[in-house]
Amino acid sequence: MTPSGTGAVIRTEGLRKAYGDIEAVAGLDLAVPAGEIFGFLGPNGAGKSTTISMLCTLSRPTSGRAEVAGHDIVREPAAVRRSIGLVFQETTLDRELTVEENLRFQADLFDMPRRTARDRIGHLLELVDLADRRNAMVRTLSGGMQRRLEIARGLLHSPRVLFLDEPTTGLDPQTRGAIWEYLLRLPREDGVTIFLTTHHLAEAEHCGRLAIMDNGKLLVEDTPALLKAVIASDLVEIRTGDDTAAAQAIRTRFGLDATASAAGLRFRVADGAAFVPRLCSELTVPIHSVTVTPPTLDDVFLHYTGRPIRDAGGPGPTLSAGPRR
Amino acid sequence: MTHADALPDLTPRPVAAVPAPPRRAAAARDLRTLRVLWRREMLRFVRNRVRIATSLVMPLLFLLILGSGLNSALDRPGAGAGAGPGSGDFRSYLFPGVLLMVVQGPAMTVGALIVWDRQAGFLRQMLVAPVRRGALLGGICLGGATSGAAYAVPMLLMAGVVGVPYGFHLLLALAVLVLVAFSFTVLGVLGAVCIRKPETFDIVMGLCAMPLLFLSGALFPVHQLPGWLNAAVVVNPLTYGVDALRRVIPGGTAWAGEDAGPQWWGWTPPVLLELAFLALLAVGALAVAARRFSRTD
Repeated sequence: MTPSGTGAVIRTEGLRKAYGDIEAVAGLDLAVPAGEIFGFLGPNGAGKSTTISMLCTLSRPTSGRAEVAGHDIVREPAAVRRSIGLVFQETTLDRELTVEENLRFQADLFDMPRRTARDRIGHLLELVDLADRRNAMVRTLSGGMQRRLEIARGLLHSPRVLFLDEPTTGLDPQTRGAIWEYLLRLPREDGVTIFLTTHHLAEAEHCGRLAIMDNGKLLVEDTPALLKAVIASDLVEIRTGDDTAAAQAIRTRFGLDATASAAGLRFRVADGAAFVPRLCSELTVPIHSVTVTPPTLDDVFLHYTGRPIRDAGGPGPTLSAGPRR
Repeated sequence: MTHADALPDLTPRPVAAVPAPPRRAAAARDLRTLRVLWRREMLRFVRNRVRIATSLVMPLLFLLILGSGLNSALDRPGAGAGAGPGSGDFRSYLFPGVLLMVVQGPAMTVGALIVWDRQAGFLRQMLVAPVRRGALLGGICLGGATSGAAYAVPMLLMAGVVGVPYGFHLLLALAVLVLVAFSFTVLGVLGAVCIRKPETFDIVMGLCAMPLLFLSGALFPVHQLPGWLNAAVVVNPLTYGVDALRRVIPGGTAWAGEDAGPQWWGWTPPVLLELAFLALLAVGALAVAARRFSRTD
């Protein structure tokens, strides 16, 4: 198999990492197309960071192999490092240096020609809206600004792949949204492939492709839309004048099990939008409201792992809200 | 080239893509790594004015108060000026030791920076750069050598206060101090790559620094210590730094005598050999640290 030439910028085959008896990553087969925003979704401890660590040559796989930008991560670590940019989960800026000094430090480490470095620093500071903070000490920047600076630094040497490990952890929702504005621009404007990990479902929605990981294993990988299509049913919530009678009627007429919740009755049905008119004509109980929710990534995660992802920030499930009576 | 065909052309770039770095000699790249890490150290150094000031207070107190106090306490009857061992000014004797103390703190702090960089995550960023890790460590050590020696400059300027004449020898002393500062930084670096927790590191470094200093002859003559302690003196790299410093600075050896320095089987090595020995140990320790640092888990 020739990894390059097939359009995949990251390719892994049976990639495995074990710490003693614990398998952090248990045989990962992955192909990430170039120019994509590729999301790695999973709860904390799923093995996402370990995978990134191996792909970035910071740790050695126990077995299996992987190539990044056509270079083997074990045999050609230097070539891999030149082709990747990295934004870690935690801040890795030198707080005692200025914005520009941090970038110049990186440019020197990557042995960039001086003039190229200068042009590129100017361009990237514009891109992440930090041009006016060029000479500010990093410790005076807000959390969101520091993140943006880190993204700029990750892109400085024009990497083929930008790895982002939980890029918006610890940021408030507003800043998180702003960071995503920049991220979404990058593949378009900079031609870079973005590989990111997240446990935020709302963020996963932005990705072109999504891989769901749990317990070190890759469960499924597809576009968010196709992943959700697998669920093939919508969530319908109705409020009626008499929930008990309505639930009875839904069971006898349509053969569906409706559960009572704080929001009224809820049940799943394929093509919820088309079901609503039928429901209204068949039910004799007065209906106050009907809500149809298409499947979310939460449902997808639940479907593959049997449990909801822990995510306070995302459109979390309210299934456990409990019966009203 | 596998490089070109995997990159889709459909994504135009606003700036010219950075050309692949010219295939310069690996040595040139290492030099650039050394320089950038050294530069970072210098930037941090000049911005830390408060620390520069405070770090000078302690040795100054040592020199002026302890030195003067001991000088009068140790004033032996019958000791005339320039009449052999025990005759000189104790403060002139203490001067090289205090210089060493001035250098020690900042130099080891620079080595300790690795621990803090690791804690802060900055180290990971460096580790993922396509540079040799040995060059990273080397740059840090050169930075430590420079800033350590820089701390010694104001102290050297005070030579006259303790009766040490001004002259070219002070520049020589500075050169020795650069080497000593380098060694201290290497010691810090070696500790930092082996120990990951800042708390543990501080304790271990504190435990190492004290005996190293006391058994180096920096503060009192060590040639009359009991045998097992004397062995520690002879293997202590700092002993050679201190002794070289003493022999370079006029009056450094006067108080304790010429033969108070380290001896190899009764033979006193010349200053240059002492310095070479110290340099060799430092470079060796740096190589061990670089080896350890280069391991990926």
